[in-house]
Formats: sequence, structure tokens, C-alpha cells
Amino acid sequence: MAEKLLEIKNLKTSFRIKDDYFAAVDDVSLTVNKNEVLAIVGESGCGKSALAFSIMGLHTRAKMEGNISFKGENIVGISPSKLNKLRGKNMGMIFQDPLTALNPLMEIGDQIGEALLLHNKELSKTQRKEKVIKLLNKVGIPRPEYVYEQFPHELSGGMRQRVVIATAIANEPELLIADEPTTALDVTIQSQILDLIKDLKEDMDSGIVLITHDLGVVAEMADRVAVMYAGQIVEIADVTTLFEEPLHPYTRSLFNSVPNAKEAQDRLHVIQGIVPSLQNLPRIGCRFAPRMPWIDGEAHEEHPEMHEVKPGHYVRCSCYKHFHFPEESKEEEHHGVS
Amino acid sequence: MWKFSLRRILIMIPQLFVLSVLLFVLAKMMPGDALSGMIDPNVDPERIEELRNQLGFYDPWHVQYASWVGDLLKGDLGTSFRFKMPVTELMGQRIVNSFWLSLATLILTYLIAIPLGITSGRFNDTLRDQLITGYSYVGFATPLFIFALVMLWLFGFHLQWFPTSGSVAPGSVPGTFEYVMSKLYHLLLPALSMALISTYSTIQYLRNEIVDTKQKDFILMARSKGASESRVYNRHIFRNSLLPIAAFFGYEITLLIGGSIFIENIFGYPGMGQLLLESISQRDYSVVVGTTLLFGIASILGALLSDIILSIIDPRIRIK
Amino acid sequence: MGFLKVEDLKVHFPIKGGIFGRTVDHVKAVDGVSFSLEKGKTYGLVGESGSGKSTTGRAIIGLNHITGGNVFFEDKEITGVRKAKSDIRKDIQMIFQDPYSSLNPKKRVLDIVAEPLRNFENLSRKEERVRVQELLELVGLSPESILKYPHEFSGGQRQRIGVARAVALKPKLIIADEPVSALDVSVQAQVLNFMNEIQKELDLTYMFISHDLGVIKHMCDQIGIMYKGRFVEEGTATEIFENPQHIYTKRLVAAIPDIDPRKREEMKKFRAEVNTEYEQAYNDYFNEEGLAYSLKPISETHLVALPEKG
Repeated sequence: MAEKLLEIKNLKTSFRIKDDYFAAVDDVSLTVNKNEVLAIVGESGCGKSALAFSIMGLHTRAKMEGNISFKGENIVGISPSKLNKLRGKNMGMIFQDPLTALNPLMEIGDQIGEALLLHNKELSKTQRKEKVIKLLNKVGIPRPEYVYEQFPHELSGGMRQRVVIATAIANEPELLIADEPTTALDVTIQSQILDLIKDLKEDMDSGIVLITHDLGVVAEMADRVAVMYAGQIVEIADVTTLFEEPLHPYTRSLFNSVPNAKEAQDRLHVIQGIVPSLQNLPRIGCRFAPRMPWIDGEAHEEHPEMHEVKPGHYVRCSCYKHFHFPEESKEEEHHGVS
Repeated sequence: MWKFSLRRILIMIPQLFVLSVLLFVLAKMMPGDALSGMIDPNVDPERIEELRNQLGFYDPWHVQYASWVGDLLKGDLGTSFRFKMPVTELMGQRIVNSFWLSLATLILTYLIAIPLGITSGRFNDTLRDQLITGYSYVGFATPLFIFALVMLWLFGFHLQWFPTSGSVAPGSVPGTFEYVMSKLYHLLLPALSMALISTYSTIQYLRNEIVDTKQKDFILMARSKGASESRVYNRHIFRNSLLPIAAFFGYEITLLIGGSIFIENIFGYPGMGQLLLESISQRDYSVVVGTTLLFGIASILGALLSDIILSIIDPRIRIK
Repeated sequence: MGFLKVEDLKVHFPIKGGIFGRTVDHVKAVDGVSFSLEKGKTYGLVGESGSGKSTTGRAIIGLNHITGGNVFFEDKEITGVRKAKSDIRKDIQMIFQDPYSSLNPKKRVLDIVAEPLRNFENLSRKEERVRVQELLELVGLSPESILKYPHEFSGGQRQRIGVARAVALKPKLIIADEPVSALDVSVQAQVLNFMNEIQKELDLTYMFISHDLGVIKHMCDQIGIMYKGRFVEEGTATEIFENPQHIYTKRLVAAIPDIDPRKREEMKKFRAEVNTEYEQAYNDYFNEEGLAYSLKPISETHLVALPEKG
């Protein structure tokens, strides 16, 4: 039986805009096990990054409700000093943009070393340097002794992202949160970085939350996938099920709108309307309903819930049973690649 | 860095050249010349013309300019007709006074501005921030000479906590402890008056820089490493935000020069600023040219200093 | 002769150095590329960052100084033509990557779209307004939006405004530099579909610059792969994706994440093989400076950068 590492229950993260609170993450429940990659997929503004930041406790001015339990202990609202003992030691985060995630005025060695220094006070300066150099080696940076004394602007984007990863894994965290770790990188570098993250997972037996908008990356990396739309998880399943039998209308639409390098499509599916902004989120009913007006309103639930369709496969709202693509676009349904 | 500094210093040569030409033209445009005030009106005008010829007053302008620059390089700025002594000697005493006043002002400015700027930036949009911002806006809006007069009246005449003019108590013997203390005592009020007003830019600059840095990704990354708030501020935010302030240091000198002209006159402090204003009103042109030249050079050096400081502390420039 | 023909194009940027900032060396951003575009088709230019693909596009339209080589458009030489009023500037338009920064936020949609019209055509206020409304309709925006400002639109809509501006003068060629890279997948789908539609409607030729191989395959008929300022391979979409010949192309194509989670192990093995091949054969495919050789035809449409035989 897989060992539960992170369990989120009914998490709601709201931001104050003027005099009202708006939930960027709403009613999110999920689990991450050891040695497992859970991918969270969605478009910009769906709340996937807000979710990652909530887990790490990086929102300084947000209201958080619900439960995030890490190794059985709730970490919502715990004291900053307790949180700081977990962050960087038990959980690490890889940021999206390697150009901005490093302090421009600090040497690479010091930036990685800081993660060690904060959680392992016994290490001497030389021991710390040795360990940083080992880490640089581990993430595949050539000439680590030299890079140790360099500044971020002297490294390429791919190398900087390796430094960010080295920092995140410095203390071998049990949980690694990767927020679009390869979005800013070229495709050959992306494949190297993804391999690196996979290897690290095997090495350290860690659980990984991989935030991405790239379905290819999901297919390559994930064990399980959660699809987010407008602050909520709309579907969650293991990766093969999700790619072969997607159920939620949003998931299916998303799959059909991606141009695919492996097979030819005449026309891409277009999701009607636009992603609602935080202040314009539909607060009641099925949040995706406004974007499929050809589906009868009766199909939706009044308070959409997650339904377990098969063991481990959850879908929000019962509208999936009635969903079909609009007539005029004559699109074939996507059945994954068989 | 050496390459950068060297290049930066080479750029100064044309700057200094332009400055000297400007001053030369100004000096030539002023009515009268060195002889007008020095010679007895009873001397025969023909003899004066002869003297003028001898002294090269009718040479082509570039020859005159060359000899003027030549004198400058030898440290000869002419003679003050008011004090009947060489300008260089006259300025010598004043420079020392102005230097100490400027130094005191700078130290006080940073002593006030840095803690306020940091507080304002760290706790932005709180009551503390609003109070500090309010203060700095008042400072920005108040004319220096009015504020200085108020300070002089309040602390100098009314409360009589500070002396109202001079740079040292009469009769003090140079080199004694009393002498130094008296000097310090005399420059405290003018320096404080100027510092309280000129903190505006530093406070607001530092505040905005901190508010800006706070939202950078690398700050989130530092937090995600488990760094405490105080460490995040001390190691990442302040360090990165103080950099532009340090770079601003040299330009601060330029601002000080402008301020010192008012301050020294109001507080009767015998420095370069007072000398300049007095010489202008007394039409002591050789002194005006001398002081202006010095102020100009100080500004150019200030800008140079700023750039070199920046190149030392910012690795992105240092490496190039 | 082709519709647009580029011959041995070179764009070198000077590197300043030393105390006096003299030019000490050059970055060869584009170093001798030749290709031609067929009318009504889409030509894809692919490469990783720093490969020179954007510089090539910008040089054709005159935004970058051309160091050497020639560009012909409909058999006329247009190398380095920069005159604002020339017909070439009218016939070739560009769409930029970032819909957020390429539109002036202080201008209304009307002024943004009408700008090229004002430069080239003398229309009355009323005619101009009608034309802009037609254009907006063409790109699928409501004609009422002419008085709005860019920030009132979503990313996809802004990119459509950019397209409306680009097609205002009925150009023949559009150079699209990463037009969908800043957009979400569902919005990206909108823009790509729409670009295909107006291509047919207006008989446009596209030069599509992108690093996203999925998008390139979806859009392009002919593809050129760039690496360090040179072409490594050129061919039809099928040739490039099904039968890549240059080791660099092979590695690039292999690196695309596969959309089928069941093929994960297979892909991993395949990638490892390609990477080994890449390392072993590197010296056969690149010269001493690590640059590609010149293109040699291996079929009518398929060209590969291979060393001279012998």
C-alpha cells in the first residue's frame, strides 16, 4: 500500500480584493503518496500555482481554510518558525523561471549553501561547500568548483534551472513541488531536466507535485493527474486512464485543442469564451457550464461534487454524462493515442 | 572592473574640458578684468593699455585659454580683489569647512533615511509607512532656506542650543580637543537642517526598492528554503535594495553642493557656498570662477564615484 | 523563382570590447542561410533559443541590419529595404510574440489597427472606421470594440488585434514570430485555427517562427531547422518528423514529450539511443567550430547539412 505523504482536504485559498475575498483555490482535496508524481494541469489563472504556493505556505496575504496535512500533521496556520523547519528540509520547491528565481547578487554556491545552512547547523563551511559541489554534480552541472563561485547571470537558462533544482533538493525533501519547471526552457533541455527530476524521485523516494500546462510533460512524468479549472479540481485519475478515457468536458476539450507533433489534426478544438478572471468566477453551479452553452442546463448539478466513477477516477459534476462536442465543428472525439 | 573604471575615468576628460571652456567663456564675458580694480585710477590709461598688452589680454582666445588652463594646472586661479590674496589660498580654508559640513550632512542623512526607508518598505501600507512617507513628502515640499531659517530661529536664537554663526568659537586654539568639539558643535545645526530636508529621495527610493524586491521570485525561493523573515530581509531584500542607494551616493554630493550654498549663507558658516555667494554680490570674479570650477569638478567626481561604487558591488557590471 | 527567396543571408552583431568600446568580434546570429517560400504555403522556422530564427525573420522585414546575402520578394531584391513607404513594407507584415507588449496600451483599437492604413492609404475618417470594423469582424472581434483599449481584451483577442493590424494592408506575406507562445493552449487553438482560415481567405503566405514543434507540425508545409545561425535540415513536415536525417533534428524530434503515457519506457530508451548517437556522431555532423555544414539535397524537397564527401 502506498504511503500517504500529503493530504489536502477542502482547501480554500482566498485573496482580498477591495472589500471582498475571492477564492483562487476552492474546495481542493487530493493526496500525494511517496515515490509518486501527481501532475496538476490547467491553464493560466486556474489556480494551480496558487495551490502550490498554498502547500508551501508562500502566500503572505491570503486567507486559507481547510486542511493540508503533511505526514499526518496539519500545516495550515502553523507558526512561521515551525513552517520554516519544514520548508527547504522536508519540502522543496522548484520555481518556474530560472532567470528570476536566483538572487542576482549572490554566488551560486552561497545560494545552494543557504538551504543547507538553515537546516543543518553542524556542517562546517568546508563540509557545506563539499556538499554543494556534490549537489551541482548531481544535477549535471559541469565544472562545479568553478560554477560555485559564479553569479546567476553568468549561467545559461538550463544551467540556472539546474541550480534551482539543486537548491530544492539540497536536504533531500520528501515532498518536491515543481511549478512549471521546464516551461521557460528549450525542448532538449526540458527532456534533460525532466529526466533529472525522475531520477531524483527514484533516488529519494519523494512525492512530487508537478504543476504544468503541457500535456506532453504530464504524459511523460505523471503517475496520477488532477485537472484544474477555475480554482477547482474537475477530474483526477491515474495517467493512462485520464489520457485514454477523459470524462470531464474541460479535460476532453483541452485534449482536443492541443496541436500534436505525433499525429495530424485538421482543425483544433476551440473552447468557447474565455477563462474567467478571479473576480468573475462563477460561484454557484458548474463552473465550466458557461463555456459549453449547447449542453442543456439540466445536465449540471446545482452544487457540483466529485464523483468516483471508477476506483481512483473522480469527476466533478454529472454533466460529463451528457457532454458532446458541438455539431458544427464535426470533431472526432479524442480517445487518446491507441 | 579595472577596465570599466579606466574607461569611466577617460570619459571624464571631455567632461572636464567642456567645464573649463564654459568657465573660461563666462569669465571672459564678465565686465572688467584683473587690472580694473587693482590699479590706481591716476595711472595713465596708456600705461594700462600697455600692461594689458603685456599680460596678453589681446591675444587670440585660444592662446588666452591655453595660458589660463596652464595657470589652473599650476594651481593659480588668480587673485581675489576683495581679499587681495590668491584665490587658491582663500579657498583652502573654506574647502576644509565645507568638507566637514558635507560629511556631517551625509552621515546624518543616511542615519535618518536608511532606518526610515527600511521600515517604510518592510511594513508598506501600514500606519508606520504612511507616517514616514508623510514626513518625507513634507521634507520634499518645504523649501530648504525657509526650513533652515526656522531651525536657526528655533534652536539658535529662541532656545539658544546652538551657535548662530561661524565655524568655530573665537579664540579656540587649533589642535586642542575644545577646538574640535567647537567645530563639531558649529556644524551640527546646519548639517541637521539640511539632512532633515534632503532625506526625501533616499527614503522614498529605498522604500520603493524594498517593496519591489519583496515581490521577486528569488525572495519566494529564499522563503521556500526555510529562511526566516528576518533572514529573508537581512540577507536578500535589504542587501539588494541598498545597492542602488550606495550607487546614488556620488550624486548625493552634487545635491549637497546646491544645498550648501543656502545653508552656509543662512548659518553664516564660512565655507565654499558662502564664499561663492559673497563673491557674486561683491563682483569678485576670479573667486566666482574658482569656486564654480571646484563645484563642477566635485560633481563630476561624484558621478564617477557613483559609477565605480556600482561596478564594485554589482557583479553584473563587475565581471564585464 | 520563388515567392520569397533568401540567399546566403548573414546577420552579424558586433561585440564591443576594450577600453574604447571598439568592435572586437562578431556574433554570427545568422550565418549564411538560404531558403525560399512558396506562395500560399506556410514555411516553418524552428530552432532553440539563440539559433537565429527570429533574427532571420526580422532581417527579412528590415528590422535587423543585414551583413551579407540577398533577399528577393516576387523577383525583386528587397535586401535591406527600409523605406517606410515602399510597397515591400506593405506586402510583408509581422506578427509578434507577446500580445501584451506589442500593442500600445494608450491607443484605442481603432488607432492601432488603422495605423498602417494611415501610413499608406489616404482614407477619410469614415472610410477608415469602416475598414477597421471590417478587419475586426474578419478576425472575429465585434466591430463595436474599436473604441476599447488593449487591456480590455484577453491574450487571444489581443493577438487577433495584432493580426488585424498585420492584414490591414492586404499583405502577401506574414512573418509570425512565436505568435502563440505566450498563450494558453485553448487560446492558442483559437489563434492557430483563425490563422489557417484567413490564410485561405486572403491567399496569404506565412513564415512561422517557433520553438514549439507541435505547433510547427500542425501549421507548416515546409520546415527549416536552425542551429547556431545555420540550417541543419530542411524538408516537408513529414520528412522532418518521420524521417529526420541530421543528428540534431533527430535529437530535437526525440525530445518532444510523447502524449501517450503507455509509451514512456519506449521513449526513454529511444531518447537514450538518440543521445548516444548524438554524442558519438557529433564530429561527423558539425565542423571544428561546432557549426553545421552547408545543406545537401537528399531528395527533391529534403536537404540535410552534411560534410563534403571524401
